[in-house]
Amino acid sequence: MNMWWRKAREADLDQEVRAHLDMATQERVERGAAQKEAERAARREFGNMGLIKESTRDVWGGGSLDRLMQDLRFGVRMIAKSPGFAAVAILTLALGIGANTALFSVVNGVLLNPLPYPEPEQLVELRESKPNFATGSISYPNFMDWQKDNRTFASMAIVRGNGSFILTGLGEAEQVDRVFVSSGFFEQLGVNPVLGRAFAPGEDRIGAAPTVMITGGFWKRKFGSAQDVLGKSLTLDGRDYTIIGIIPATFDLLGSLRTREVYVPIGQWSNPLLMNRAAGLGIGGIGRLKPGVTVQQARADMERVTQNLAAAYPEADKNIGAAVIPLRKWLLGSVEPFLLVLFVAVGFVLLIACVNVANLLLARSTGRAHEFAIRSALGAGQGRIVRQLLTESVLLAAMGGGLGVLLAAAGTRAALDVLPMTLPRAADVAVDVRVLVFAGAVSLLAGICFGLVPALKTRKPDVHETLKEGGRGGSGTRHRAQAALVAAEMALALVLLIGAGLMMRTLAALWNVNPGFEANKVMTFGFSLPPSMTNASPEAIRAAFREVHDRFQAVPGVQGVAFSWGATPLQGDDEWLFWIDGQPKPASESEMNWAIDYVVDYDYLRIMGIPLKSGRFFTAQDDEHAARVAVVDEVLANQFFAGQSAIGNRLHLSGGEILVIVGVVGHVKQWGLDTDDKETLRAQLYTPFMQLPTKGIGGGAGVVVRSDQPATVFPSIRQANNQMSSEQVVFGAQTMNEVIASSIARRRFSMILLGIFAGLALLLASIGIYGVVSYLAGQRTHEIGVRMAMGAQRKDVMRLVLSQGLKMALLGVAMGLAAALALTRLMADMLYGVDASDPLTFAGLAVILTLVSIAACSIPARRAMKVDPIVALRYE
Amino acid sequence: MVEKKEKYQNRIELLQGTLDLLILQTLQWGPQHGYGISVAIRNRSGEILQVDTGSLYPALHRLEKQKWIKAEWKVSENKQRAKYYQLTAAGKKHLSRERSKWSRLSDAIAGVLNPEQM
Repeated sequence: MNMWWRKAREADLDQEVRAHLDMATQERVERGAAQKEAERAARREFGNMGLIKESTRDVWGGGSLDRLMQDLRFGVRMIAKSPGFAAVAILTLALGIGANTALFSVVNGVLLNPLPYPEPEQLVELRESKPNFATGSISYPNFMDWQKDNRTFASMAIVRGNGSFILTGLGEAEQVDRVFVSSGFFEQLGVNPVLGRAFAPGEDRIGAAPTVMITGGFWKRKFGSAQDVLGKSLTLDGRDYTIIGIIPATFDLLGSLRTREVYVPIGQWSNPLLMNRAAGLGIGGIGRLKPGVTVQQARADMERVTQNLAAAYPEADKNIGAAVIPLRKWLLGSVEPFLLVLFVAVGFVLLIACVNVANLLLARSTGRAHEFAIRSALGAGQGRIVRQLLTESVLLAAMGGGLGVLLAAAGTRAALDVLPMTLPRAADVAVDVRVLVFAGAVSLLAGICFGLVPALKTRKPDVHETLKEGGRGGSGTRHRAQAALVAAEMALALVLLIGAGLMMRTLAALWNVNPGFEANKVMTFGFSLPPSMTNASPEAIRAAFREVHDRFQAVPGVQGVAFSWGATPLQGDDEWLFWIDGQPKPASESEMNWAIDYVVDYDYLRIMGIPLKSGRFFTAQDDEHAARVAVVDEVLANQFFAGQSAIGNRLHLSGGEILVIVGVVGHVKQWGLDTDDKETLRAQLYTPFMQLPTKGIGGGAGVVVRSDQPATVFPSIRQANNQMSSEQVVFGAQTMNEVIASSIARRRFSMILLGIFAGLALLLASIGIYGVVSYLAGQRTHEIGVRMAMGAQRKDVMRLVLSQGLKMALLGVAMGLAAALALTRLMADMLYGVDASDPLTFAGLAVILTLVSIAACSIPARRAMKVDPIVALRYE
Repeated sequence: MVEKKEKYQNRIELLQGTLDLLILQTLQWGPQHGYGISVAIRNRSGEILQVDTGSLYPALHRLEKQKWIKAEWKVSENKQRAKYYQLTAAGKKHLSRERSKWSRLSDAIAGVLNPEQM
């Protein structure tokens, strides 16, 4: 509506009203009244002029925008008039909204955004389901049969992501992370090479010419993004691979942050077990369902395929099924509950922030009661005043929200940089349109929520009473509202504190779990012989390993060095099949027993600090020339030799070797500090590194080192290594403590965030109770003065104020305990070693919160105690 | 508190249509300003109907917006500038519709209140 037009109409209405009054006055004068008297009577008869004009203007319509502008202008003026109040309110809201926006941007990036592939809902993870593993590795022969026999998949591909090549001939030798894939992998995910082509059908077969695709990052780093890179060769583990294509730099295999640099067809894998139908080599599959096919239909189809395979190859495939899991669930299923719990927690923080601001507004609206009475006397309707108050609170929320979004944008990145690798799709987290819309909606909602309480309380003030009272308003209902709000925020804060407390107890319990080895003095890294050694004789390879062992052993600070192959605790697993000597050989591999295998040097037990239970561990004499020996852990010993000694018994491996058990050692928590006890496959089998079958010995192994300074010893080892050969590589150094920390990183991430939220909640809630108690005590200054004049002692006054605050706090604590009891059940899966309703945590934090509130209330209580009755009585 | 407010609103609602009818009827005798209309209604009703200015002006402006009346500034017989309202053609049609509606309504109410006379 045109502003000028409106102004003209306003003037018009003014004149119309004035004419009405003039005529009414004139008529009275004509009837004989005095001019002054007539004017007053005419006005009285006319009624509330402002209100009448207002409701007439309402008829014109189109006024809402004008009124909004007017309210906004007034709101800005009111906020500018009390900058202290505004700053506290806006900062409080910025913290609440900022924390929510930050977490929402994580939830949005990780959970809400679709996976970055075309038709992601058709993508599924494929796994072999085995008696030991619900989602085990797929063998290459089985995969090829799945691909051939299924009727419900548009395509299938396999991928094996763990492992690395040694790159030579292109600057200093280095280790590059590699991925083996089958042809069709990139087409299935809808990824187009930025240059060149993807692997052609058949190029992934064993014996095909070696080809490689490299990632955009690697292309830039090694070739300066030169266009003529196609057709050049790359020397990986001593073999030349022809570069055929560049994968976009943004392609991020399954959303992890880990950088992979080269992709090679699966057929190039030199692992002798690749064509073994029963082998578990850590291969996963990804399938794309045909349009319209459901996951259930695909499962039924794969059931048929795997049953046929089990009939055809009972030796390898008996009891082997196929697991078909929607890709989204596979990737994100485990983080969803963590993020949801955190999201609830951060929502609580915002609620507390809103409660605090609502209380501030309530206290202020008491002071403004006079203003509202005047405004309504001047003709403001009730709706108009409520609207004005809401405009002001939404304005505050908008400012807080704007600041909050800035905080969130800066904070989210910083938080994710500090804690990478714990979150899939972390790279997808950003402040996008949806996040901004969320922040806007939350701000608006928050503004309405905390604005509505005081606005409704202020509604319909008794004009007459308030004006007479001189603005010293103090209605009981308002105090009750404030007390209820304080109790509510105490309750919310307690729920958060208990949540954070339970997470801390969980982490403490996990750190106290004995992993089965001494983590403090051990570090580990990967090692690879020069690629030129790949085709050397087993004797030469063993000699090379012995020389490296001695050189590393001589590095200052190193107290022991051992190579290890196969499984490594908490990091990677590897299993062997065996049966006990004296029992009949099982008819098929699927009827044999599984054991986690550790192929290690004789010094391994001492370096890792694993206790020897009976018999002996290996010695330097248990080498390739000696009889084959094995050491087992307590779990294997109890499982297969219960009630008798395992020592002296013999084991048959599925490959035909026969081992004599010479010792029993303690169990190591291979599967994780918390989950190991629940796994079915826990039996552990150690064999000497130098007795590793010749076909298994390759160019690489893990190394464990014992040192008093596990965190700083690696550079000296690297130096010793580089002096031996420029093509020999050490990589991926980690202390065992770091390995343990990263195995519980997700829990730690949740604990840190919950801790921050709980701290924030505690701070806000104490400010809240402090503010309200101070305000109420201030309102009662007069009463306190009277009491003191009547003989009340200072400590009575203190008790009076404290008990008022304590009542609110205790009510809040009671509600909080009840709410926590219901809500912590949601996080039961995240907890370890502590019950979701752990009485100690509940009681302890309730006491702490109560003490903090007493401390917060004691400040106004002390102030009230110092009230001088003379001054207080004169306070009128 | 709330109940009282609703009752008050009901009364306004009830009066609104009636007030529109009274204003239109008053204007049938010629253009008139707001004060004149309120005086005329009061006099013609034998001082029974007191027109609340708080309802009169919003009603006038609403009727004007609906194009049933139009306004014009003129000088009154007392040499006073005043805003005169007058019926439009549409207003006249609306008035006769409303009048017949009103008489049917009052007949019906009378019938209910005094059944023996029917």
